[in-house]
Amino acid sequence: MINLDSVGYSYGGGDLLTDISLRLAPGSFHFLTGPSGSGKTTLLKLCYGALMPTRGQVSLFDADLRKLDRDQMALMRRRIGVVHQDCRFLDHLPLSDNIALPLTVSGRDRALEAENLSELMQWVGLSARADALPPELSGGERQRAALARAVIMSPDVIIADEPTGNVDWEMSQRLLTLLIELNRMGKAVLVASHDLALIRAAKSQVQARVLRISNRHLQLAGADL
Amino acid sequence: MSAGTIRGFLLGDAQAARVVPPSGFTANLTLFASGAMAFLAVFALALSLASGRLADRWASELARSATLRINAPLDQRTAQTNAALTILRQTPGIASARALSAEEQAALLAPWFGADLPVDTLPVPQLIEVVEDEIGYDPAGLRLRLSAEVPGAILDDHSRWRKPLVDAATSLRRLALVSVLLIAGAMAAMITLAANAALAANRQVIEVLRLVGARDRYIAQAFVRRFTLRALIGAGVGMVAGVLGVALLPAASDEGGFLTGLGFQGTTWLLPLVIPPLGALVAFLATWYAARRRLGELS
Repeated sequence: MINLDSVGYSYGGGDLLTDISLRLAPGSFHFLTGPSGSGKTTLLKLCYGALMPTRGQVSLFDADLRKLDRDQMALMRRRIGVVHQDCRFLDHLPLSDNIALPLTVSGRDRALEAENLSELMQWVGLSARADALPPELSGGERQRAALARAVIMSPDVIIADEPTGNVDWEMSQRLLTLLIELNRMGKAVLVASHDLALIRAAKSQVQARVLRISNRHLQLAGADL
Repeated sequence: MSAGTIRGFLLGDAQAARVVPPSGFTANLTLFASGAMAFLAVFALALSLASGRLADRWASELARSATLRINAPLDQRTAQTNAALTILRQTPGIASARALSAEEQAALLAPWFGADLPVDTLPVPQLIEVVEDEIGYDPAGLRLRLSAEVPGAILDDHSRWRKPLVDAATSLRRLALVSVLLIAGAMAAMITLAANAALAANRQVIEVLRLVGARDRYIAQAFVRRFTLRALIGAGVGMVAGVLGVALLPAASDEGGFLTGLGFQGTTWLLPLVIPPLGALVAFLATWYAARRRLGELS
């Protein structure tokens, strides 16, 4: 579904990533680790087309990223659910509208999707907060809301950047469980995280590959993970 | 801009319209700018129509009449007047010719010499009013014949002073129309600036919308719809205020001349109704251009 072939990315005159090859197949689960500033977020952005590689080729659903215009790119994004580290929302809209935003922008009838939305909000434990505005939410609620928004279109791929970065252990376990459930539904999942305990916990429940960015290159993590 | 885009815009999408935050100084700026411009456009339109009417009236009234002046000694004046009237009645293109009475000539001079002027005692030339028919006469041919048969006759077909007057009124009308265009241009510029400011201020909104798969057309439409509706409301209020202002001007009168004739007449009172939709159209195009350009820069 998403293929990176010998991809490199330069920024400000220096190489940030070099010769990265990665394939996200249906039902696969990948963790991406590495020290801060190693390029994890950059690699995720390359995977969902927010950045263009300076070398190599990125394919989204068999389409060359460079050949996609902005409209085609938007359609691709609907097949990729993204959870940002900082969980941005439209602050003037209530939580339910924010979660349903992918439905709104794709022109789907909200009335027909109301039941799905309700179930999804229940699944992430936010039913009681449907009318709250995003600034009123806690860090954990924002993370769960971002995850709900990312999956409401039933995307083929879920990409999450430090989804447990701002939450306590119990909440990070709940988020991990949600991601594993999605993976069991056949979704490809790519999670950037530096939380080794979380990764170990995940590996006990799902067959996940752990990748590490080291010295601008992508490699399989050691046996300790 | 496809038909689907326009249809989507006109039919509206309540959810889509909500993705843009509702408030901000750009809202007030757009309302004020479109209101003020519509107010000015009403006056420019009134000026254009009034000067157009004036140009048409002067052109039609003056073009169809001429004056023949008989400068002859008193003992020959009657004979020359009669000879001139005979020639005029025989001339093709002249509908009627009539010698002004002494009272009528005195009335013409009254503004300068008073009502009690004894015209008979003064060497005032005899005036003959000439009205041409639809076809019109040949002034050069008539002058030649008059110079041969009525030596004291001078034909004034008003063209000397008619043309500058008509030109002036026509220029005034043109200037008023140019003013309307300038007003539309200024309004477009202001709304473009306001739209750019709104797009810049809502950069994060745009990023979120793109993240969840919104097309540029959808994002642009949300902003365009908001600005167009604001411009429509602002221009509507400005138009009503402008029409009230024109309606409160003094009524047209001969004494007041041109200035009191500044306004609308008959069905032309309906013309200002086109200003709000035109303002909305200007806002639509300006915001659409600004949004597409800005979104292109943000990609």
